[in-house]
Amino acid sequence: MAKYKLKINSKSFDVDVDPNTPVLWVLRDHINLIGTKYGCGVGSCGACTIHLNGRALRSCQLPVSAVGVQEITTIEGLSENGEHPVQKAWIEQDVAQCGYCQTGQIMTAAALLKSKPNPTDEDIDSYMSGNICRCGTYTRIRTAIKTAAKSTTK
Amino acid sequence: MEKSNNIQSRRSFLKVSSITGGGMMIGFSWLANLIPNEAIAAAVASKDWIALTGFIKIFPDNRITILSPNPEFGQNVMTSLPMMIAEELEVDWTKINVEQGDYDTPRFKRQFTGGSQAMRTTWKPLRTAGATARLMLLQAAANEWNVPVAELTASNGFVKHKASNKTLSYGALATAASKLPTPEKISLKKNGEFSLIGTPQKNVEGSKLVTGKSLFTMDYKHEGMLIAMAIRPTAFGMKLKSFDATDALKMPGIKDVFEIQVYKDGYVKAGFDTRTFNNLVVVVGNTTWEVMNARKKVNIQWEAFQPYKELAGTGNNKREDTIPAGLESSDEHMKQMYEKQKVQGKILRKDGDPEAAFAKAKKVIEKTYSAPFLPHNTMEPISCFAHITEEKAFFVAPIQIPEMMKQSITTNLDIPAEKIEMKLARMGGGFGRRAYGHYIVEAGLISKKMKAPIKLIYTREDDMTNGVYRPSYMVTYKAAIDEKNNVTAIHIKGGGIPENAIHENRFPAGAFENYLAEGWDIPSNITIGAFRAPRSNFIASAEQSFLDELAEAIGKDPIDFRIELLKKAKANPIGKNNEYDADRYIGVLELVKEKSNWGSPKNKNAKRGVAAYFCHNSYAAHVLELTMKDGQPVVGNIVSALDCGVVVNPEGAKNMVEGAIVDGIGNVLFGGLRFEKGVPMQKNFNQYRMIRMKEAPKKIDIHFVQNNVDPTGLGEPPFPPIFAAFANALYKATGKRHYHQPFIKDLNKS
Repeated sequence: MAKYKLKINSKSFDVDVDPNTPVLWVLRDHINLIGTKYGCGVGSCGACTIHLNGRALRSCQLPVSAVGVQEITTIEGLSENGEHPVQKAWIEQDVAQCGYCQTGQIMTAAALLKSKPNPTDEDIDSYMSGNICRCGTYTRIRTAIKTAAKSTTK
Repeated sequence: MEKSNNIQSRRSFLKVSSITGGGMMIGFSWLANLIPNEAIAAAVASKDWIALTGFIKIFPDNRITILSPNPEFGQNVMTSLPMMIAEELEVDWTKINVEQGDYDTPRFKRQFTGGSQAMRTTWKPLRTAGATARLMLLQAAANEWNVPVAELTASNGFVKHKASNKTLSYGALATAASKLPTPEKISLKKNGEFSLIGTPQKNVEGSKLVTGKSLFTMDYKHEGMLIAMAIRPTAFGMKLKSFDATDALKMPGIKDVFEIQVYKDGYVKAGFDTRTFNNLVVVVGNTTWEVMNARKKVNIQWEAFQPYKELAGTGNNKREDTIPAGLESSDEHMKQMYEKQKVQGKILRKDGDPEAAFAKAKKVIEKTYSAPFLPHNTMEPISCFAHITEEKAFFVAPIQIPEMMKQSITTNLDIPAEKIEMKLARMGGGFGRRAYGHYIVEAGLISKKMKAPIKLIYTREDDMTNGVYRPSYMVTYKAAIDEKNNVTAIHIKGGGIPENAIHENRFPAGAFENYLAEGWDIPSNITIGAFRAPRSNFIASAEQSFLDELAEAIGKDPIDFRIELLKKAKANPIGKNNEYDADRYIGVLELVKEKSNWGSPKNKNAKRGVAAYFCHNSYAAHVLELTMKDGQPVVGNIVSALDCGVVVNPEGAKNMVEGAIVDGIGNVLFGGLRFEKGVPMQKNFNQYRMIRMKEAPKKIDIHFVQNNVDPTGLGEPPFPPIFAAFANALYKATGKRHYHQPFIKDLNKS
C-alpha cells in the first residue's frame, strides 16, 4: 500500500492503495467517481476513458503510481452542470441507448474536439474506433460530434 | 403470480391511496387475455391471463411522477411507456418526472422487457391507467364546482370549466380524486388521435447518462459493502473438484474464500433459470482490485463431469434434460452438423409433394448456411448487489424479467417472497443475456454467507466465457426449378447446437405448393439462451440470402420476386398456420423499394443488397449499400422500412432500429465465439472483434409504415434481416456469396 495525492477535477484527493491499482478502480472504489466505467480492463473498449493533462486515456491501463502530479479529469469534471458542448450535443442527438459506454465516448469525443475542432468523418472514425458501443449508436455519435463541433466553432 | 381461469372476470380496477404529505397515488391492475408471444410463450404458458400495472403520483404542487414498470436496458421503455400514460392523463410531458418502478410484480402484474413485447402488452393497460386517473380528477373538479363532468376539459395537468372560467390543477384536485370510486367505464383515444404519442421525445435519463450519474448496478454503493467475484470452470464440461485458498486469504483486503452451490439439488428450473456452472469458488474482499488479484491466487482443481439429469419446466410442463459430458470444440460441432444434414430430420411441416417436385425439377439449387455461438457482450458486465438480513432480502439487480425471478430467489435462497425487495437498475445492455438471473441467486448466497452487503462483479472475461450464448446453427435451403423457370418446391432442413432455428410456418411457407421443413438438434453442455430475436437472427440470414440467390437464378429482381411470392401466398395460401400478414410484408418491401430508389440508385459506385423479415409481430426490410476497399467491405447508406404499427416515440424507435442494424452488421461480419475442448477461445475485447465506429454505416435512413395498427415490437424485428441485406450486397460487390458466418474469416482468406 502507498499514499497518493491525486488531483482530480480540480480537487485534491488522498488515497492509500496498492501502487498497481488502475486509476479506474481508484476512481470507482475509493473516490466514488463512478461515471468512469469498467468495460474490459484491457484497454480495448474505451468505457473507462478519462483525461490526463487533457489527453484521453484508458484509466484501466494507468496504474495510480504513474499519475504523479498530472491532472485527472473524469466525466464528473468535464463541465459544471453537464454543459460541455459534447454533453449538450449528446442530449440534442439523443445518442444513448443503454448509455453505459457513453461517458467514455464523451470523454474521447471531447479530447478529439480539443485537438481537432472541426473533425472530418475520417477523423471521427479513426479517433472514436477505440470506444465500443454495443447498442450500436455510432451514427448518432458521429452526428453529435459534428453538432458539438459546430456549436464551438461558430 | 396471480392466476385466473375465468376470462369472463376480466376488468380493470384501481387501487387508490393517499401518499404521505397529501396527493394521490394511483396503482392499477389490468387483467387481460393477451396472446403469449414467441419468446415468452414457454414462460407464461401456464397463465390464463397476464396482468400489468403502472403508477401515477400526483403531488399537491402539481408535480407528477410516472413510474415505469418494466426494466430499461436501452430500448427506451422508460420514456415510451410513461408517454402512453401521459397521453391519456393529459399532462405536459416536459414537466413529467419518470421513475423506474421497483420489483413488485404482485402489484405491477407484468415486469418483463424482452421478446419485443414491452409496447405491445402495455399499450392498453398503461393508457387505461392515464385515462382512469384523468376521469377521477375531472370528477373531483365537477364535485368541487357542482357542474357536470361533461362541461369540463382536462389538459396540461389542469381541469377547466369554460363557462365559469374556473381552473384547478391536478395537484389541487388529487386528494379529493383519490377518495372517489374508480370509474367503471373508460374510453381511450383512438389510434390517430394522439397528441403526445407519435411525437419524438428524448430519453428521460439523457442528462444523467451524459454526466455519469449512478444508474447501473455496477455503480451501486452501500455502507459496508464488500466486493465479490466468482471463479468458474475454465471449460464447459468441467466442474469444481477442490480448491485451496490459503494464499488468496493472505492477500490484502480479502475477507473470505468459499464455495457456493447456485441451484439446489433437485431444483426444478423455470424458463429463465439457465444451466449455469453450479458450483463456484467465491472470493470476497474490500475492493475490486484486491479481489481481482486474490482470485488469481486460489489454487483450484477442476474435473470433467459425467452426463447428468436436470429437471426443468413449470406447471404440467415438467421435463428431464440430460446434460451430456465432454469437452466440445467448434470444429467438431461443424462436422456433427454436416453429419446431421445427411440423415432424415424431424418433419416440421410438409405441403404438397416436395419429393415429386424435386424428382421432376430441371434444376435444383441447394445451399448450406451456418453460424457460430455468439456471446451477448453487454457493455456492462454482469453484476448484482445483495444484502440479505433477517428482515429482508434487498437486491439491486439488472434483470430483464423480474416477474420470473420469484421462484428462483425464494427456493434457492430460502427467502419468503414478501421479504424480497429489489431495485431494478438501468442495465448496461441486455439483448437477452439479462433474462437469466442466476447472478441474483449467486449474489444472494454470497451475502447470506458473509452476513454483509455485497456486490458481485463479473469481469469481462467472466462475462464472455460464462455466457448463455446464441446457439450455433446450420441450415440447408433447396429449391426445385422447372423448365419454365418456376420454383416448384422448397426444402428447408437444419438444426443447431442444441436447438434448430427453423420457423416452419413463416415465409416462404405458404407461397409454394410443395414445401418441406425438417429439423434436428444436437445436445450440448454449452449454455445457451435468448439473443436478440432468438432463432430468427440466424434463419433470416439464411432464408433471405437464399431467396436472393434464387431470384438471381430465375432472372428476377429480388424485391419483385419476394412481392410476387407474397401476393401468391395471399391470394392462395398453401398449408395452414402461416404466421405472417402478406400485405404488411409487401408494405415494407414496397416502402423500402421506393425510399431507396431501388431501380436507380444515387450512388452508382456502391453495390446494394436487400432483405426483409417478419418476427415478433413486426415487419422490417433493409436496403444496404457497400463498397470494397482494400479487400474489406465498407458499408455506406442503409434505407430501412418498418411496420410496427403505431410508433409511440419515433426518436427512440429510430435509435433502436439503427442499433439493430449496426449490431447485425457486426455479428454477420465479425461475431463468433470459438470453442476448443470446452474452452471459449476469445475472452475479452482484445480477442473478440466487435463492430466499431469505422465499420459502422455512413447513414441510416429509417421509414415507418404509417398505419393505425396497435404497436408491436421493434427491439428485435430490424435485427434478423440486416445479416442478409449485408450478405446480398457483399455478393454484388465481390461476385462471391458467403454462407458461413462470420464472413470476415473468408474475406481474410481471399
